[in-house]
Amino acid sequence: MDALTLSRIQFAFTIGFHILWPAFTIGIASFVAFLSFRWWRTDNPVYGALMRFWIRIFALGFGMGVVTGLVLSYQIGTNWSGFSRAVSNVLGPFFMYEVMTAFFLEAGFIGIVIFGENRVGRGAHFFACLMVATGTLFSASWILASNSWMQTPAGYTLDADGLFHVADWWAAFFNPSFPYRFLHMVCASYITGSFVVAGVSAYHLWRRQHVEVARKGFSLAMGAALVLVPLQLVIGDAHGRNTMRHQPTKLAAMEGLWDSGSGVPATLIAWPDMAAERNRFEIAIPHVASLYLTHSWNGYVQGLKAVPAAERPYVPLVFFAFRIMVGIGIVLLILAIIGGVLRWRGRLFTTRWFQLAAMAATPLGFIAVIAGWTVTETGRQPYVVYGHLRTADAVAPLAPGAVLTSLLMFALVYNLLLLAFFWYGARVVIRGPAVITGMHPNAVRPGLEQAGTAVLGRGRALTTPIAAGE
Amino acid sequence: MDLPLIFALVSAFAIAIYVLADGFDLGIGILFLLAPRDRHRDLMMQSIAPMWDGNETWLVLGGALLWAAFPVAYYVLLPAFYLPIMAMLFALILRGIAFEFRFQATRFRRVWDFAFAGGSLLAALAQGIVLGGFIGGVPMHDGAFSGTAFNAFSLLGLLCGAGLVGGYALLGAGWLIWRTEGAVQVFGREVGRAALILTASMMTLVSAWTALTVPEVAQRWFAGPQVLPLALFPLAAAGVSVLIGRSLWSRRETRVFQLTIVLFLLGFAGLVVSLWPYVVPRHATIWSAASDDATLRFVGVGVLIVVPVIMAYLGHAYWVFRGKTVLEAHGTEEARPAAPPVGRRATASETALHLC
Repeated sequence: MDALTLSRIQFAFTIGFHILWPAFTIGIASFVAFLSFRWWRTDNPVYGALMRFWIRIFALGFGMGVVTGLVLSYQIGTNWSGFSRAVSNVLGPFFMYEVMTAFFLEAGFIGIVIFGENRVGRGAHFFACLMVATGTLFSASWILASNSWMQTPAGYTLDADGLFHVADWWAAFFNPSFPYRFLHMVCASYITGSFVVAGVSAYHLWRRQHVEVARKGFSLAMGAALVLVPLQLVIGDAHGRNTMRHQPTKLAAMEGLWDSGSGVPATLIAWPDMAAERNRFEIAIPHVASLYLTHSWNGYVQGLKAVPAAERPYVPLVFFAFRIMVGIGIVLLILAIIGGVLRWRGRLFTTRWFQLAAMAATPLGFIAVIAGWTVTETGRQPYVVYGHLRTADAVAPLAPGAVLTSLLMFALVYNLLLLAFFWYGARVVIRGPAVITGMHPNAVRPGLEQAGTAVLGRGRALTTPIAAGE
Repeated sequence: MDLPLIFALVSAFAIAIYVLADGFDLGIGILFLLAPRDRHRDLMMQSIAPMWDGNETWLVLGGALLWAAFPVAYYVLLPAFYLPIMAMLFALILRGIAFEFRFQATRFRRVWDFAFAGGSLLAALAQGIVLGGFIGGVPMHDGAFSGTAFNAFSLLGLLCGAGLVGGYALLGAGWLIWRTEGAVQVFGREVGRAALILTASMMTLVSAWTALTVPEVAQRWFAGPQVLPLALFPLAAAGVSVLIGRSLWSRRETRVFQLTIVLFLLGFAGLVVSLWPYVVPRHATIWSAASDDATLRFVGVGVLIVVPVIMAYLGHAYWVFRGKTVLEAHGTEEARPAAPPVGRRATASETALHLC
């Protein structure tokens, strides 16, 4: 294989692995901030216990996000020098702003969130949680603006050397697909987080452990899902229509639509045959695609044949990934509605089969996020900057052996990391939230500090007050 | 206004902060396995756990800054140093994640000990190899890197790597003397000497080897009338090294850390003298490599407004965790019995492992 293919596999793998963690932490960070706020304002120890529990899990996921994100900020240069040369004037500043406004904000306050509860007041701890949550959202804004600019470039001029220059920063940032992609991704992260919280809480309810805390978590998560999943359907619909306007070929691949036309059918399932330029084994409903894409019975939709074969993405990948994402969306919608009905009937915490269903749904959000990104990233091929820069021209002059080595290392290291995350994550989950005792949840381990004061004969040690009995 | 020059200063500032900040926490990692007891390792790790993420963020900033301000350096140097950069990233992944997992671990604690220490050591070595390759220069043709994957490795790089390992370890030792007490502090004082010897000898070797093998750099230092003022740099570095050696057992606990910072800054200044004004040595200067003025202005506004705010709240985070590190339970750690109070020398002779 050549350096281009290997670099593509490596980038897809590393960014696909990375996106799992932001998808997780964006939702959980906001959840933790909410819990910290409630703990501060209501003094209800259930909120405190729930907050501490989710901070422990958040810390694991956040660490994974940080270390896998570092890789990406360098990989754009190491593997994609043609790309980084062409777009440096536009995307360089966006990345720079992401680091300055988001990463430092998270890094500056994450220590206080994780280790600082006993060192600062509750209000200050809430503020730190809020800053971390804000940081994750800032980060999402800048990175999604960058990605959206690559999908729907705006506010630029292109010179004879193939370099992009910015004419209008506002237009470049708020490019046509950015608002939709941003809302879609943030909502997806919140939904993913909700179903993780729901699944873990359901596990505790199912085992009849930590019941008080688990009930609170389950109730909050299912409540959030009931609002967010229908909202996501509306946002997703708007995003799809935006894609139809700006990237009609991607949309045609998502729909498996070969011929342009009016009143086009919605293909439920098929095998898109790229050589024959048609679908095999197709099951379709007439007119429905026009209905949901154009909101009219006979609306016109452009098909794949409108562009030459060399301008088309690999259709089956886009087609099936899209169906996985939408299918999961529907499953989660059904679960959210059932949750609402059970709550209305007063059986939300006691329905055993629903607890099992909630546990089973825990990974679905992640799978949908990966599938969705597969749609949007493979759907714009063969371009990396849509319509202007082909992926083949973006790669760096590298030896295939070097890329293969790093790719194998990534495959090994990331799988081990995932294993370790599940191992320790499961342990935190099984152990559950701490028993609610009141004042000092984090036991202070007396040890070196006493010896240390004696060592140099003066007590500058900042000792955290040790609660009675500890 | 000379925007590229301003961004060169901003980059120098960011690199210096990164090297010093991540330096002490990589240094803790390098010293990690040398610490005599597991609970000493707990304390060492705890002392940097709230800060490491912020420290490493300067490295992400470095990548983004290079791309935004000096794209030529970004897309020529990164492919040129593909293998060492990948090695550094893997190393940073392992050591970074070890923070999260080691606190949770009981059975596989030793694995995360090695991941943390090995990752820190490899990251420092890889950074040194990149630095050595950078001083030596990379082949560039037609606006792109034109060498092979193994161009990155050189004897100079290995020397720089050893020097950085020593320097980071010295910063780490200084941090331990400042921020811990008891046996861990004594360990910092002891191990500091070995780190100092490694640092000082590697600084000397790197300077000598560069002067011998890179004529353009030798020209800078030895030709013309600037030779006298420039001679102050190595003299100052030698003086600071001696002072560090004499401060290792001083009661002024911040002294070693402060002096090591000075030593690093002197080394950095030496590099600037050798390489100014190139971002890709002998191929692209800060002016020829800079991005559009519009881009620099856009980023510049952000740097001007945001970086002071960042410095303020990072400073606040350090302030919250000021003073001597105290172990706090994190995960399943059960309370351990308090060590008996002992005097300084008694503690020193009690530690199982003596390096010096």
